[in-house]
Amino acid sequence: MPKYSLRVNGQTQTVEAEADMPLLYALRNDLQLNGPKFGCGLGQCGACTVIVEGNPARSCQMPMKAVGNRNVTTIEALGNTNKMHKIQQAFVDEQAVQCGYCINGMIMSTKALLDTNPKPNDTQIKEALAGNLCRCGTHIRILRAVKRASGQLA
Amino acid sequence: MKTTELTRRQFLKTTGALVVSFNLLPPSKKAWAQFAMLPSGDIDPTSLDSWLAITPDGFVTFYTSKVEIGTGTITALAQIVAEELDIPFSKIKMDSGDTSRTIEQGSTVGSRSIERAGPQVRQAAAAARQELLKLAAAQWNSPIEKLTVVDGVVSDGAKKISYGQLIGGKKFNTKITATGTGWDMKVAPEVKAKNPKDYKIVGQPIKRTDLPTKTTGEHDYIHNVRVPGMLHGRVVRPPVINTEPENIDESSVRNIPGLVKVVREGKFIGVVAKTEWSAIKAAQELKVTWAKPTSKVPATPDELFAYLKNTKPARTLKPVAKGDAASALAQGKMNYQASYRWPFQMHGMIGPSCSVADVKGDKATIWSGPQGPFRTRSTVARILKFKEQDVRIIYHEASGSYGRMSTDDGAEDAALLSRAVGAPVRVQWSREDEHGWEPKGPAQLDEAKAAVDGDGKLLAWDFADFSQPWTASGTTPLLASLQVGLKPDNPGGSNGTQGAGEIYAVANQSILCHHINWHFPEPIPLRTSNLRAPGDIARCFASECFIDEIAADLKADPVEFRMNHLASNRRAAECLKAAADKAGWQKRPSPAPAATGNVAKGRGIAVTQRANTYIATVAEVEVNKTTGEVKVKKIVCAHDCGLMINPDGVKNQVEGNLIQGVSRALYEEVMFDTHGGVTSLDWKTYPIMRFPDLPELDIVLINRLDMIALGAGEGATIPPAAAIANAIYDAVGVRLREGPFTPKRVLAGMKKA
Repeated sequence: MPKYSLRVNGQTQTVEAEADMPLLYALRNDLQLNGPKFGCGLGQCGACTVIVEGNPARSCQMPMKAVGNRNVTTIEALGNTNKMHKIQQAFVDEQAVQCGYCINGMIMSTKALLDTNPKPNDTQIKEALAGNLCRCGTHIRILRAVKRASGQLA
Repeated sequence: MKTTELTRRQFLKTTGALVVSFNLLPPSKKAWAQFAMLPSGDIDPTSLDSWLAITPDGFVTFYTSKVEIGTGTITALAQIVAEELDIPFSKIKMDSGDTSRTIEQGSTVGSRSIERAGPQVRQAAAAARQELLKLAAAQWNSPIEKLTVVDGVVSDGAKKISYGQLIGGKKFNTKITATGTGWDMKVAPEVKAKNPKDYKIVGQPIKRTDLPTKTTGEHDYIHNVRVPGMLHGRVVRPPVINTEPENIDESSVRNIPGLVKVVREGKFIGVVAKTEWSAIKAAQELKVTWAKPTSKVPATPDELFAYLKNTKPARTLKPVAKGDAASALAQGKMNYQASYRWPFQMHGMIGPSCSVADVKGDKATIWSGPQGPFRTRSTVARILKFKEQDVRIIYHEASGSYGRMSTDDGAEDAALLSRAVGAPVRVQWSREDEHGWEPKGPAQLDEAKAAVDGDGKLLAWDFADFSQPWTASGTTPLLASLQVGLKPDNPGGSNGTQGAGEIYAVANQSILCHHINWHFPEPIPLRTSNLRAPGDIARCFASECFIDEIAADLKADPVEFRMNHLASNRRAAECLKAAADKAGWQKRPSPAPAATGNVAKGRGIAVTQRANTYIATVAEVEVNKTTGEVKVKKIVCAHDCGLMINPDGVKNQVEGNLIQGVSRALYEEVMFDTHGGVTSLDWKTYPIMRFPDLPELDIVLINRLDMIALGAGEGATIPPAAAIANAIYDAVGVRLREGPFTPKRVLAGMKKA
C-alpha cells in the first residue's frame, strides 16, 4: 500500500493508505482526529469540512493521492475545551449547538470565511454556510455565533 | 480511552472529576455488585443507591437511562437533581444510558422525558436530601426541621457538615418506593419535594454541559468509539427488505486488501475488513444477485392515498367521541368537507447509524446511540438469542435523530457481524443506506367534515386519519432481524392521535385514527416509525387548514373564529393569543386583498398540542405568482410547556423544531418505486432547509410556575405546515391540501383557482 506524507495541523505525518481513500478516513482513523465527521461521503452536507490551504474543503471528497503537500487544518488545531478558539467560544456563548454533528463543518466553514472576510454580513454568512446542512435547526443561533465571533454583536 | 472496569466502590473512592469510561468486558454481576440488583440482574429501583452516589468531595453522580440526543435533556435533568439536593449545578455528573448501571426509565422519546423522568429524578434526589438531613440530625442530635442546606453543606445554624463528609464514598442503604415501569414509574412519591417558588437552579438558562466538546471535536460520539482489535463492517442491502440473495460472488472482492470475511445469515449479507475503507469498498464491490422483488406498493401519490382510503383498517383508535357527530352533520346551516394528504418523510440524521459490537460466547457488549438503550438491549438479545441481561448497551451520543434512534438497526448489524468474525466490529451506514433504510414517517390521509350552526359556531366535527402503523418501532423486528427471518407478530405501534382538532370545544365531535397495514404479516416494503411529533404534522395540517377554510367561508377572522371555540381550553387560547399579539395580527378574514405585483404576501395561523404542551405559530409568506415559489419570511411562535426547567434550552428546541417544521412543509417528500424501494437516497433528492432560505423566528415562551414541566422536543415542529398553507391561501387564494408546498403544487393550485 502506498505511503503518504500529510501536512496536518502544522505537522507532517505518514499514513499508509490506498490512493483512492478519502482524506477523511486518514484523519479520523489513522490520525485520531475525530473533529471531521462522516455525513454523506458525497460532498453534500459539509460535516467533514477541513481547511486546505485556506479554503474549506470536503475531506470525504479528497482522495489521498490528491492531497499532496498542501496544508490541512482540522478543528483540533483551532482550540480545545481548555483553550477555545474565539469561534468555538462564540458557538458556546450563543448555545449554537444541538446534537452537534454538523458543528465541525459550521465552525470550519466559518473559520475559512472570517480569515478572508473578517466582518461578513448576514447574506455573506448564509452563502458561506449554504453547503453545510443542520437537521436540528440550529441555524439562527449559528448565524449569531458567527456574528459574535466576528465582533459584530453588541 | 481507559479500559479499567470500575466497581461501584472504586468509583465512590475516586474524585468527582472522574469520567467513568466504558469497559471492554462483558457485563458480569460481580463487577457491578455494588449496585442493588434484582434477581434478573437489573438494577433495583427501590434502592436509593441505584439512583445516585456521592463522593467524599461532594460530587454527585446521578444514574439515568435517559440520554442526551441533542435536545438538552441531560442538562435539564441535572438541573432538577442539583435543585432538589441544594448543591451547585457544577457538582452534578449524569451517568447516562448504560444498561448495566441504570434503571429503565423508558426511551428518550415522545416529549415525555422532562414530564415523566423529571419527577422520577426529582423525587430520588429529594429522598437523598432527606436521608442526608437525617444523618446530620443524628450526628448532632438536633431536630431535622432546624437544618438547612446551602451548596451541599448542612447547617443547624452553628455547626456545618458537607454531603461529602456525611456520606461520601458510602452507600445510603435506604429503601424508597418505586412502582410501575419505564416512564410510568412512580419514584418515592412519599417524599416531599421543594416548592417551585423556592427554585434557584430550575428555571435558569444554564449553559448545556455537552456543548463545549461539541465545538472542539472532543465530544464522545458513538462514531468515535474504537476498541482494541476492532474491525470494520458494512452491510450489503437488498433492493427491498424481502428480497432473497440468489448468488454471492465472493471472487468479486478477493482483491480488496484486509478483507476478513463475507458474512451471510439468511437474507442478511455483510462484509468485515481490517480498515474502514476496505469495508466500504468491499460492500460496494461485492457482487450479489438479488431475486426480483415481489413486493408491490402503490406507485403514485393517487394510488397511495387511494390505498389508505380503501383498505380495511386493521385497528381504529377513537381519541374523541362526543355527542353524535354523524347526526349533527345533517343539522348544520353550513356543511364542509375536505381531505388532505401528507407524504412519507424522513428523520434525516446528518450522521448515519453507527454502532460497535463485541460478541463473545454468550455475552455481548454494544456501544451505540439509541434513544432507548433498554430497547436496543431487547432487540440485540432477541437477534442473538441471548438473555437480555447478558447484553450490555453502553450509550454514546449519535447524530440528532428525531425518533430515528428509537430503532437501533446499526446495533443489530454490528452484533451479527461481530459474532460472525469473533472480534469487535464497528458498522457505520452510508448515506444511501441511511436515506434508503431508515424507517420513514408514514404517509397520511386526513378527511374532515364539519357543520356550522346559524351563529357561526361549529356544531359537528368529524375527523378521520388514515395512516400506517410503525412497522419498525416498538416490539416489531428491525431490519437485520427481518433479514435473518424473524417475523413480526404485530403490525406495529400507533402513529399518534393528536392535532386533529381535539383542542376545540364542539358538542358533537368524532376523531378516528385508522391503522392501515401494509402487507402484514409479510415483511413490509417501506419501513415506518416514529418521526418527531409522529403523525401530528399531517393531522394538524388538515385540521388547522380545515378550520381556516371554514373561517374564510364565513368571512371570519381566523384567530377570532378559533377563539370562539377555545373558551374551555385556557392554555390553547392563551397560546393562540400570545402568538397573534406577538405577530401584530390584524383582524380580517382571509384571503388578503389581491396583490397587484408578482409577489403576494400572506399570513396564516395554526395552534395545536403535543402531549400536554401547547404551540401556536403565525407564518408570514411571500408567494411568487410566476414561479410558484413560497418564501417563508417569518414564523412567530408561542410555546407553553408548563414550568420551564431551562428557558434557553426550551428556546433552542423551539427554534430547531420550527425550522425543521418549515423544512418539512416546503421541501420534504420521500420517493419510492413500485416495490417500496426508496429512491430519495441523498440530500439532492431529499432536500432540507439551507441557510439562504431561513425564515426569521420570533418566539414567546410562556412559563407556568403552577404547572409541572412538560416536553419541548417536538411540539413546535407541528403547526408551521398548517400556518404556511393558510398563509399561502391568504396570499394567493389557493388551498394546498397536499404537502410539501412545492412550486409545482402552488402553480397547479393557481391554475385551478
